[in-house]
Amino acid sequence: MSDPVMTSSETPPIPQKVTGLRRAALAEFWHYFAMNKGAVIGLFVFAALVLTAIFAPLIAPHPFDMQYRDALLVPPVWQDGGRAAFLLGTDAVGRDILSRLIHGARYSLFIGFFVVIIALVSGVILGVLAGYFRGWVDALIMRIMDIILAFPSLLLALVLVAILGPGLFNAMLAIALVLQPHFARLVRAAVMAEKSREYVTSAKLAGASHIRLMLVTILPNCLGPLIVQATLSFSNAILEAAALGFLGMGAQPPTPEWGTMLATAREFITRAPWVVTFPGLAILITVLAINLIGDGMRDALDPKLKRS
Amino acid sequence: MLRYILNRLALIIPTVIGISIAAFAFVRLLPGDPILAMAGEHGVTPERYEMLKEQFGYNVPIWQQYINYVLDILQGDFGTSLSTKRPVLTDFLTLFPATVELALIAMLLAIIIGIPAGIFAAVKRGSWFDQLTMGVALTGYSMPIFWWGLLLIIFFSGTLGWLPVSGRIALNFFFRPITGFMTIDSLLYGNWKAFVSAIRHLILPAIVLGTIPLAVIARQTRSAMLEVLGEDYVRTARAKGLSPSRVVNVHALRNALIPVVTTIGLQVGMLMAGAILTETIFSWPGIGKWMIDSIAKRDYVVVQSGLLLIALIVMAVNLLVDLLYAVINPRIRVQ
Repeated sequence: MSDPVMTSSETPPIPQKVTGLRRAALAEFWHYFAMNKGAVIGLFVFAALVLTAIFAPLIAPHPFDMQYRDALLVPPVWQDGGRAAFLLGTDAVGRDILSRLIHGARYSLFIGFFVVIIALVSGVILGVLAGYFRGWVDALIMRIMDIILAFPSLLLALVLVAILGPGLFNAMLAIALVLQPHFARLVRAAVMAEKSREYVTSAKLAGASHIRLMLVTILPNCLGPLIVQATLSFSNAILEAAALGFLGMGAQPPTPEWGTMLATAREFITRAPWVVTFPGLAILITVLAINLIGDGMRDALDPKLKRS
Repeated sequence: MLRYILNRLALIIPTVIGISIAAFAFVRLLPGDPILAMAGEHGVTPERYEMLKEQFGYNVPIWQQYINYVLDILQGDFGTSLSTKRPVLTDFLTLFPATVELALIAMLLAIIIGIPAGIFAAVKRGSWFDQLTMGVALTGYSMPIFWWGLLLIIFFSGTLGWLPVSGRIALNFFFRPITGFMTIDSLLYGNWKAFVSAIRHLILPAIVLGTIPLAVIARQTRSAMLEVLGEDYVRTARAKGLSPSRVVNVHALRNALIPVVTTIGLQVGMLMAGAILTETIFSWPGIGKWMIDSIAKRDYVVVQSGLLLIALIVMAVNLLVDLLYAVINPRIRVQ
């Protein structure tokens, strides 16, 4: 009985085929992604934000912590009393708001990347273990995820930060922990669905190890929903970190993190509304851009929507 | 159906035990000696320290402390707040109606605007209304609500001077709570002016808290509706010559609303998280502000029992939603 799958002569051409397939898949992805105009706009805004964050010291007109004692609470340039030197005005100690916002982009994007990577990696590991082994491993992991999800995310993050001590790093860890169960659940469901498929059985028969089956055979086929979830978590992380900063439990002043800026600006809400307006607007624009990208990703990666 | 309910209940038990362990453990992980925190700024003599330790049950092994804690809770004893010296459960029950009232109004707002907007957007797919609604919904979904609250205060309380900035009711109204809901209590006492004041205090916080649920509900309704409108039975209904409004309202809507009900239920956890921010901004005397203040004051007992109570409530509501889902969608309970 011949076994065509096992003949080694067929293996060499596969890598080239795979890269070709990958390029085609990428082109298809871009085709569907680009049909969503909002997503493309979001991508441009996000790219601009990344560039702003990278080149912040070059773009910012003033150092973010420079206090101009002769320019306290100067309104934006288009209002009476505004100065051209401070386009978006200054805060209560005379710091240029625009420069602080530009530097703040670094914090927000860093928070987003850091939290998503931690939550993604730990969630994928737990989800793959649970979905692949089932049984008590699955029960244990998923019950722990249920417990984390039973607490309102912000409340749990707050208590965790209270335990670890207020600060940006601890806030990021806490947020990663509360976002992580979503990844674990998603990966578990996807792994369970893929596990019984024929290509997995054939890989198993070919003698692939557990690790190989989990990470090389199954995981890449769960990638679509994971990417969408990662995008959503990115914007969630930025929002939650800003909320923690606003409540005084995230980044501490004088860090130019947008939520923290809002917290210190609260007392000037009636006297100097611009101190409150712009940091929040920066958060909204960033989160909106990422969510637009997320919507486009879902359109492009969800095969059910594609056919309709 | 009964078997389904029992099944769901059995699944919840390990989670409830886990939640109680988590709440218990969190507080013991907080930095600082709880006895010293309880003793206050004056400090304690070693003898008094030992006495307090015994009084609060810290002199036994940790697993026994946990067992005692659970036994107390089963008898309705959630401990005594370090700052108010009242039983935690009493404080919770006093403040809880404020949060529920706010959350209900916020949810009502989200539902009565979100569902029609979602339906209309789906029916007029691709129209300017659809695009506008979905643009607004995504903006609402991306909104840092603490900033949104501040903006509304600046505009409606500051510039226009129309609405109050904080609290549940003007301070010159005072009556003993009956239901704990300001709007209902004021009506029960027949005080019309107090009712108007309560409503005016509710408007801005309810908008802030309702923004994200509104966005989620509108988006979910639209996509559920679009999916249903593409089904064969809707095409059949159209083909038989039914009026478009009958097709939408009778054939499509009932099926589209099934996932929307779940979405609404799942917003409860989100509402609690949102309540923390909303209540802080508007000085709304509810559970969210109580938790924030207790964390800041290091009132361990309140943080521990508050966490537990909130998690249990969120879980109970999610369970109810699951059961309701099984009632309206027979396909679930047959499995």
